[in-house]
Amino acid sequence: MYRILKEIWRLGIPGKKIISAKGQGPFRRSAAIRHVDAGSCNACELEIQALSGPHYGLEQVGLNLTASPRHADLLMVTGPVSRHMATALQDTFSAMPNPKKVVAIGDCACTGGIFAGSYAVVGAVEKVLPVAGQCPGCPPTPEAIRQTLVQVARQTRS
Amino acid sequence: MTELGSDTLPSVGQWQQILSAPPVWRVKVQAASWTSAALALRDQGGRLLGLWGEAGHENAFFYIHALGLGSTGYLWITLTVQSSEGQFPSLADIFPAASRMERALYDLTGIRATGNTDTRPWLRHQCWPAGIFPLREGQLDGRSFGVDGDADYPFQLIDSVDVHQIPVGPVHAGTIEPGHFRFSCIGEQILRLEERLGYTHKGVERLFQDRDVFAGARLAGRISGDTTAGYAWAYSMAVESIARCEIPPRAAALRAVCLERERMANHLGDLAALGNDAGFVFCQSQFLFIKENLLRENREIFGHRYLMDCIIPGGVAFDLNSAQIATMQRNSESWQRTVQRLDLLLQEHSGLRDRLVGTGKIAPARAAALGMAGLAGRASGQAWDLRVQFPHAPYQNLDVSMQLSPEGDVAARWQLRFREFYESVRLQTQLLLDLPGGDVSATIPESIPDGEALGIVEAWRGEVFVALSVENARIKRCHPHDPSWVLWPVLEEAVLNDIVADFPLINKSFNLSYSGHDL
Repeated sequence: MYRILKEIWRLGIPGKKIISAKGQGPFRRSAAIRHVDAGSCNACELEIQALSGPHYGLEQVGLNLTASPRHADLLMVTGPVSRHMATALQDTFSAMPNPKKVVAIGDCACTGGIFAGSYAVVGAVEKVLPVAGQCPGCPPTPEAIRQTLVQVARQTRS
Repeated sequence: MTELGSDTLPSVGQWQQILSAPPVWRVKVQAASWTSAALALRDQGGRLLGLWGEAGHENAFFYIHALGLGSTGYLWITLTVQSSEGQFPSLADIFPAASRMERALYDLTGIRATGNTDTRPWLRHQCWPAGIFPLREGQLDGRSFGVDGDADYPFQLIDSVDVHQIPVGPVHAGTIEPGHFRFSCIGEQILRLEERLGYTHKGVERLFQDRDVFAGARLAGRISGDTTAGYAWAYSMAVESIARCEIPPRAAALRAVCLERERMANHLGDLAALGNDAGFVFCQSQFLFIKENLLRENREIFGHRYLMDCIIPGGVAFDLNSAQIATMQRNSESWQRTVQRLDLLLQEHSGLRDRLVGTGKIAPARAAALGMAGLAGRASGQAWDLRVQFPHAPYQNLDVSMQLSPEGDVAARWQLRFREFYESVRLQTQLLLDLPGGDVSATIPESIPDGEALGIVEAWRGEVFVALSVENARIKRCHPHDPSWVLWPVLEEAVLNDIVADFPLINKSFNLSYSGHDL
């Protein structure tokens, strides 16, 4: 009890129940995430970095960021897919083992955002890869990102 | 404006001061004076801040712009190049940082710098055919590019059986932006590092064109997400110069609060990431914890965690009440106490010191030759801080104390972040105590007059500037410039006496922007 109260005092989250990724989907108890910046302005990256901070407990809900696409279940993409990153993005996806899913994080990855229509960007991630979940926002809050990731990880069908 | 034909330096009378918040001197020169002006600037101890190109009407002529900073203020030198000439004298021998800017200038406008031996593309990769220059008029009409990867970029390799190469990127192991690093190593020792950037090129300069100045502000805030307050302020400063609009004192003070909070947040984030890269997770958790609290307070009070769209042309888009000010004062005091405690603790931590001290060293003399500035420059003894040397409102009254260190290693950049954090807390406290009353924004007319101006601020990484020209109430040309342009080549040198395993730490200690550089 004391620990719960202390957590609330420290983090300001009033006893919110965190939904975990544990479910009946293909990833069962945990999902490993590979992040690729496809031309983002780096604000989405700041929020993803914030996710690994003590306020959010990413691993507590069964998610962890992995350094290699070979270990990854989810591909988390930020940015409006700059043409210069499109091939690297596709290569990263091909390097991932099945089953795998793609999550688009931020307005740019969802729609191309403010950079849509530029000669140097392809636009939304779904123009390049099949997208299973989207998290809009400029940038989306870490909570929204976590929620989207959990939802996609729990989806039963890919 | 004066056109100068002789090869002598223009005398002071021929320089024209343009209306702008900082003292900017503007002159148009011809090819012969171009180089001599740059030489004179260097000999006076000045630096090159940026170099960019602009296509004239129907691509008949081109402007090559250079912005320098000397002891008397900013020098904005413009060279006119006819399309039949198609070239201009390179400044790379005078200012080493000019080399990549000239390569980028060629990729975007097709004007070659003669004398620069490095003619490889810089921002252009293979999906974009050679001979297409996006900033020229009419070059993109009806054309769409592919997505080919950058497969055969000619790296400068060391040809020896003892040397092996390590290609890293553009997809990195951590959550960072994309870029390629090519290491040539003997064993673990780095013999050479070559960077290949441009992966986040989004055509920002082209996107600015033909927008109105208000739509441009939103884009300016998204050039580099971690410096959104810096870019938005620099951009707004340029717009206000053109519109001859003076912002209310309260707006200026609130902008400075934004800029200092951005500095605090980024320094905390970097301290966390440096701790993590040194394998010290305690450090990461502690600093991320404070940073997150700051971001949450930003969201509650300013409406955005990273302060995007808080600074707008004419002023700011928010106001503070006394309860919010009291909260901010109380919290910043408590963060300062925590950071001070961590500072003392970490100074005594031998394991951490072992990784930081002496790693990634750039000595002051070399730093001066490379034209370093900003946080990394000050950590190598380069005393440049626009808030101190060329203060604009509200910094004239704040007496900012410049933080300097002569060591130039990762430990110096680490320690400087602590000291700048304390200084930012002090500035914020002072700004909030003396917050002037009145409006938070002035009106910028929809029909903004034609003109060009410069906005420049000392953001957390270093000086950020935006050169803006407006015609018929639309943006004709906007060039945003990040301090990373000057600092990326420095990183190649900083790693030379270290091993590959130290690279993440050294890279993080600079924490340069890819997005702000690739545009």
